[in-house]
Amino acid sequence: MARTRMTRAINVAPPGGDLVRRHRLSTRIWHWINVVTLYVLFTSGLGIFNAHPRLYWGQYGANFDAPWLELKRFPGWITLPAHYSLAFSRHWHLAFALVLAFSLLAYMVWSLLNRHISRDLAFRKGELKPSHILHDIADHARLRFPTGAAALRYNVLQKASYIGVIFILLPTIILTGLTLSPGMNAAWPWLVELFGGRQSARSIHFIVAWLLVAFFLVHILMVVLAGPFNEVRSMITGRYRLPKARGEGA
Amino acid sequence: MTLLLSRRALIGTMAAMPLAGCDKLAGNESFRKALFTAENFHMWAQRSLSDRNALAQEFRPDQVSRIFRSNGTNNPNTEGYKALWRGGFADWRLKVDGLVGKPLSLSLDQLKSIPHREQITRHDCVEGWSAIGKWRGVPLGTILKAARISDRARHIVFHCADDMGGAKSYYESIDRVDAFHPQTILAYALNDRPLSVANGAPLRLRVERQLGYKQAKYLLHIQAVDSLKPIHGGKGGFWEDSAGYEWYAGI
Repeated sequence: MARTRMTRAINVAPPGGDLVRRHRLSTRIWHWINVVTLYVLFTSGLGIFNAHPRLYWGQYGANFDAPWLELKRFPGWITLPAHYSLAFSRHWHLAFALVLAFSLLAYMVWSLLNRHISRDLAFRKGELKPSHILHDIADHARLRFPTGAAALRYNVLQKASYIGVIFILLPTIILTGLTLSPGMNAAWPWLVELFGGRQSARSIHFIVAWLLVAFFLVHILMVVLAGPFNEVRSMITGRYRLPKARGEGA
Repeated sequence: MTLLLSRRALIGTMAAMPLAGCDKLAGNESFRKALFTAENFHMWAQRSLSDRNALAQEFRPDQVSRIFRSNGTNNPNTEGYKALWRGGFADWRLKVDGLVGKPLSLSLDQLKSIPHREQITRHDCVEGWSAIGKWRGVPLGTILKAARISDRARHIVFHCADDMGGAKSYYESIDRVDAFHPQTILAYALNDRPLSVANGAPLRLRVERQLGYKQAKYLLHIQAVDSLKPIHGGKGGFWEDSAGYEWYAGI
């Protein structure tokens, strides 16, 4: 259903100003689950980090070993809970880690089946040509966003960032998180080897958390620049008003 | 209300608002219970994914931490413990009782005469740090079999000489799966030296698939039980009772 309607929308190239179907239900549900989940995981994760705010590379690392990064404790306004409680930060983190992992898995399977991945996310021929990528970067830098039917498709930078988050950052943060579990180390010893030791996994887990924050900030910036009302509506109702091209009737 | 709200304060308020909501939620008894059930799911998933006797990673001698830091209590400092220490732990005994056919009282020399196991493993603290050390000790399974543990016993409780500076004593517990795991040992040596006071002299537990707070130090008494409910706070360990830590610390 959604597919035929989406295809038709592209085929007849609706003019700017039309209200069209934009995001599938599965994408919308997963998006809002992530808003809550990543928020809880990030803030409770900082709470856990505060118990030992030092990071190391390798198999082991404790107070007598040299950290590659040592920070002060994160302040209460950004940790969950606001007061220091390693036990409660862990309960929040380990419960929502399950939500993140299983919703990502479900979304991946579902998006493969409904061809969201092959249709919307996979790079198309020519998209990865340096000239095309440079052109896209130039458009972004001048805040020239696609209009009309072109706005129905993700551009190459959007695709790259969504692929990066869905297939690289999120799986990496989940797997490094699993590597921190001594029980999982016995169950799946290859995990520790994959990341070069438990303390390396902890460091990578921390770095990827901040890469996700960086994604979030750019994402919010883009939503604001592209028209926050229209963008948020499309992520809630699925409907999106196609932006008009410059010079297209007011 | 002042309009001169600093950007930092504004971001702080925006970030903290949902957090205050989360903290309120966590104050709700049934929500807390729901949040805490994740522990059971993790335990079930880990036990289903792996062989019950799957071994924790063991390391080479050159991978051992330069200094194996201690944590928690560095010295119980009670009169009773000091007396044992002054006597070189000659008067120390490990009591094994509860649901067993043959209660035991073992001296350190007796324990050392039992076939031992050596393992170089990683100790993971709940705080996030890790240290690698070489442990030598008696498999817990050997002791439990010698005491003829009853089939009714579901948990093994470890009582310690450490009173945590007050009236409550440190204790921990594990189930039969971990109790009979080949790497679960009662260790009396770390890095080829007798266990130091900071690391739990004269005897401590090693449960290699769980976090540091399960590795009870200063052992005095091992008890086989069918339920953890009647023991101290009923949650199976000092930190479980007093701070809300997970009983299953394989996560």
